[in-house]
Amino acid sequence: MGETPDLSVNLGALELKTPVLAASGTYGAGREAEAFVDLALIGGIIVKSMTLVPWRGKPTPRMAETPSGMLNAIGIQNNGVDYFIAEDLPWLVRKKATVVASIAGNTVDEFVRVADKLRTGGRGLAAVEINISCPNLEDRSNMFAHSASSAAEVVAGVKEALPRLPVFPKLSPNVTSLTEIAGAVVDAGADGLSLINTVLGMAIDVETRTPMLAGTIGGLSGPAIRPVAVRAVHEVHREFPHVPIIGQGGIVSARDALEMIIAGASAVAVGTANFVDPRFPVLIAKGIHDYLTAHELTSISELTGALKLEG
Amino acid sequence: MLRASGEILGHKRYGEKYHSLTIVSPEIGEQARPGQFINIRLPEDSSHILRRPFSVYRMHKRGGWASTIEIVFDIRGAGTAHLASLRSHSIVDVIGPSGRGFILPKRRAHCLLVGGGIGAAPLFFLADELRNEGHRVDFILGARSSGLLLNPIDVRRLASVYRITTEDGGAGDKGRVTDALEDTMERCETEVVYACGPHPMLAAVSEVCVERNIPIQVAVEELMGCGYGVCWTCVMAIRRAPKKDEAPEDAITYSRTCIEGPVFNGATIVWNGSTAPIAEEQTELSPAGAPTRSTMSVSPSEHPPPGN
Repeated sequence: MGETPDLSVNLGALELKTPVLAASGTYGAGREAEAFVDLALIGGIIVKSMTLVPWRGKPTPRMAETPSGMLNAIGIQNNGVDYFIAEDLPWLVRKKATVVASIAGNTVDEFVRVADKLRTGGRGLAAVEINISCPNLEDRSNMFAHSASSAAEVVAGVKEALPRLPVFPKLSPNVTSLTEIAGAVVDAGADGLSLINTVLGMAIDVETRTPMLAGTIGGLSGPAIRPVAVRAVHEVHREFPHVPIIGQGGIVSARDALEMIIAGASAVAVGTANFVDPRFPVLIAKGIHDYLTAHELTSISELTGALKLEG
Repeated sequence: MLRASGEILGHKRYGEKYHSLTIVSPEIGEQARPGQFINIRLPEDSSHILRRPFSVYRMHKRGGWASTIEIVFDIRGAGTAHLASLRSHSIVDVIGPSGRGFILPKRRAHCLLVGGGIGAAPLFFLADELRNEGHRVDFILGARSSGLLLNPIDVRRLASVYRITTEDGGAGDKGRVTDALEDTMERCETEVVYACGPHPMLAAVSEVCVERNIPIQVAVEELMGCGYGVCWTCVMAIRRAPKKDEAPEDAITYSRTCIEGPVFNGATIVWNGSTAPIAEEQTELSPAGAPTRSTMSVSPSEHPPPGN
């Protein structure tokens, strides 16, 4: 018999015991999922985005289910970075979770100030994901992620504040050229990339003739967006083959995770599926393990970018 | 709260539109409290990906380790249509019992239950428990029409005083539950009100209770995503004490119906931006030690709802 397949992966300096993480905004800070799953077994928990001060979030309705997916306009309701440092992070460390902070803001300065606090108070963090799908109040509320220069400015500022932690900006698919944004943030110092964030979408109640979301436009997630995510990972990996990618968007099974890895991801994050069953990050890792065994592969990292293309 | 498989014991109908499923799930049944809910997964090949939540309508302890949970619902879409088609021996994946249930009075009290439409469901479980504990139960059950009244027969059996109201006058008194509320409260010397139904009904009942200084617990129904506290879809706006330099109308926290609710102190809810007055602190109500607002207020969760 061959050796047990190795599920561990390295994304630059970020070492993960399995290639499957829980995506930001779908696992809180782990407390709710703890009743269902051993947090230490998960490759990594990317916590709900934190902001400089607590954000209340948007009014309801904040969600609309759509075919094979859902729209959300939650508005990043969170207790703020100070609460994360004082309460959530120590708790997660005690539970032996691998923790990736996610940070958000409405100005470059807000991102940097959150990063500063994590530099001094973030003992136990494995990495930071930057949620740049936020409106930039200094650029007429255009999303940071939709502007190469704004995204680069945030990444440069965060990286300067966190020289010792791997930094992964999370890219938005709602742009004309993902590779342009990817290139800009890589040049600005990103250690890797998370992609994709949600796809902008909308739903209308035809009886009331009003939007289903209080915020009108929201982010689409779930299986419906998986092909968009696979395409995005493939395009960015092809252009930047040495930049580690955390692939996310619509993964609900080991098969979906493998698809993303073959497209070019070194690790994957599972999001919306967690709303149905918080055990998914562990179950999917087990499924990947079974695939490796069945295919007599010794390590999952052999599969990153293993897509076969003609010519 | 846990995840477990449940087996369908049976399906039946109530009224014109309601479906009931009785589910055998001892682990969940044993722990369930009135006001809590369960969250049921839909088939994997469904294009509707999210679980569907249902209040526990009744819990039947059958001795040993065989508690069953009964839920009632109407068909709103493909998810509920699928569940309404299930019959005995089907297996469902259930998360529950979830959320904060009703708080029962510490000493014997006159309890008035007010339910509208399918929303009355959790009040039946509550009525069973209140009667077991020796409390007096009175009940106002309302609906748009008689076919939409949920089990009025059992209401008659469970309650000392009951009122039935239908908006079209097809059964009981013509009108809404709020039309019967004040004189029922007086007649029954009500010490605490428990209500469940559409938000406008809960808002109206809460307003009456606040005016009369009677504790009011409401079980709200709010659109859910995950149902176990991570997605932040199901929030209700809850008044809290203003911080320094904060205007009272801004002193609001969004709390999760699935974790901090579904039962809330009705006096603290901001109903769709209403300008109802903030309830004053209520004091001990009567020598009989009926529940005070403080015993009924949602005790602070271990970790505050974000955005405080």
